[in-house]
Amino acid sequence: MRAAPALPISRPLAGGPSLTRSVAVLGGGVLLLAVVLVAAVGLGSVGIGLDQTARILAHRLLGLPIDASWSPAAETIIFDLRLPRVLTAMLVGGGLGVAGTVFQALLRNPMADPYLIGTAAGASLGAVAGIVAPLLLPALALGATTAWWGIGMVQVLAFAGGLLTVLLVYTVARGAGGVQVVTLLLTGYAVSSILAAAVALLMFLSGRALGAIFAWLMGSLAGASWSALAFAAPLVLLSAALLLLRWRRLNVLLLGEAAAAHLGLDIEREKLVLTALATLATSAAVAVSGTIGFVGLVVPHLLRLAIGPDHRLLLPASFLLGAALLAAADLGARLAGGIPVGIVTALLGAPFFLWLLRRSRAARLAA
Amino acid sequence: MTALVELSGVQFGYGSRRVLEGVDLTVQRGELVALLGANGSGKTTLLRLLAGTLRPDQGTIAIAGRPLGAWRRHELAQHVAVLPQQLDLPAGFRVAELVEMGRAPHARRLFGASAEDEAAVERALLDAGALDLAHRSIEELSGGERQRVLVAMALAQEPELLLLDEPTTHLDVAHQVALLASIARLRRSRQLTVLAVLHDLTLAAAFAPRVALVHDGRLLADGTPHEVLSQQRVRQVFGVATQMAWTADGRPHLVVELPSAAQDQALASPGRA
Repeated sequence: MRAAPALPISRPLAGGPSLTRSVAVLGGGVLLLAVVLVAAVGLGSVGIGLDQTARILAHRLLGLPIDASWSPAAETIIFDLRLPRVLTAMLVGGGLGVAGTVFQALLRNPMADPYLIGTAAGASLGAVAGIVAPLLLPALALGATTAWWGIGMVQVLAFAGGLLTVLLVYTVARGAGGVQVVTLLLTGYAVSSILAAAVALLMFLSGRALGAIFAWLMGSLAGASWSALAFAAPLVLLSAALLLLRWRRLNVLLLGEAAAAHLGLDIEREKLVLTALATLATSAAVAVSGTIGFVGLVVPHLLRLAIGPDHRLLLPASFLLGAALLAAADLGARLAGGIPVGIVTALLGAPFFLWLLRRSRAARLAA
Repeated sequence: MTALVELSGVQFGYGSRRVLEGVDLTVQRGELVALLGANGSGKTTLLRLLAGTLRPDQGTIAIAGRPLGAWRRHELAQHVAVLPQQLDLPAGFRVAELVEMGRAPHARRLFGASAEDEAAVERALLDAGALDLAHRSIEELSGGERQRVLVAMALAQEPELLLLDEPTTHLDVAHQVALLASIARLRRSRQLTVLAVLHDLTLAAAFAPRVALVHDGRLLADGTPHEVLSQQRVRQVFGVATQMAWTADGRPHLVVELPSAAQDQALASPGRA
């Protein structure tokens, strides 16, 4: 029988990351987010000092009794234009970060992002149909300007398109023994291809709406508003919170489906619940921003390298970093003259991802 | 002794291919039973049925007197653990974190671990001889160390029944013996009931007081290694001739007769023979 060796350090054996570590990681994330918030709200084509920005935010958001020494125009720019846009960027970035983390664990595929199983294609078709329909059928023009739940028809159709497509993909991929991950991926690919063809056809027929379609497909936060934020925020935040509560199941899923089942997980039910929640967050995010790439792919990878794969820390950190990154990228897009933010995330995200790939491969070879 | 595992008339097929043709097997609490048989004979299927990941087409399976269908998944995982032959362990975790995943079916705390969880993880690491690995990261482990970590993970579930699915397949001979010796020891110290699918007949005979031979979807023989492992049965099941010797306590040692050079040629190029 082996003698029990004395432990070199009496670190606890169970219970996950220490309190110090959790506070450091999540506190750092919140701090980063606060810095990005003030910078992104304060910077723009109209110069409003950072101190004034901070005072306006403190007055309006925290209700602090501060003398209104600023112009009403400055307050409008900060509060009605920039703030909803920055908060939408944070919500979308956070939602995509969490959904990306979940899909990578669920599909056990490092290339997985929140759009992979049809959300992007479905939402795109919905949005493009919403943009084009009033042009092709003038009778619909009236409906297009009507706001439903405070948001436009394009957003509603994008949201519904994302959800319905994943529902379709999931149903088609479901066999007698449940849903196989490979089948799910391939079905998602096939269905996405069909929908992409439909999007291309609509673009061909769209005429003068092509610019609007293109901006949506590239992903843009230019249309952000308080009402759209009020629609998407509860959906994204609730899904993200429910996903965080499933951290233990996500960890166990990393062992593979058979081992997870032996550890008591109802695999088929869990796959359905995780797919539904992550798709809900993704669809709500996409509805108010278009298809912004690379955030949902890069953020989970970067964080896994930095803080490890334990989902109880990884999920909240993914939200914080995704939020900070997209808000910063959108600031860059605004300062670059208002290009779609999706172009910024692709330009910065893809080379960064390549670097990450080479770095982690080098680390594996060295080990 | 009372029965922990009772199978009666169990039939199972994948689609139209029947694998089990009616298996009856009763395992008492505290027994160590080796399941032997050729590839494709249905022994791994039998294990999966017991783990609850497959459902029988016909017949009944009961664990601790309760039909398997009446167990909820996480309840079953509190009583039954599986040690696989290999597992793709996810990178980035420390050994202790991985072993803590064995506590998943018992988890009560929303984010942390309870005192019972901590105690169970430590006991599991100690019993599996992996306490010194606790703070190592998964990527640094050798094959034998990984297998000890998997044992610790299964023990952290604090099961009554431990199912082994060809656990020695990827180990060298010394680690095979070490693993089975530790399982035999744990069976006594933790009052475990163990059902193990094994390939090496001599190793099975050395460690299992009872062996069950699965052939063509049925139990061909069930008893002590001495009763079950005859030259004639081994030839019937595996299609090979053996030389046998017996230890003082009646456990067989098997040496498989290798084919002659001529047969060898025929085996190497079956199409042209």
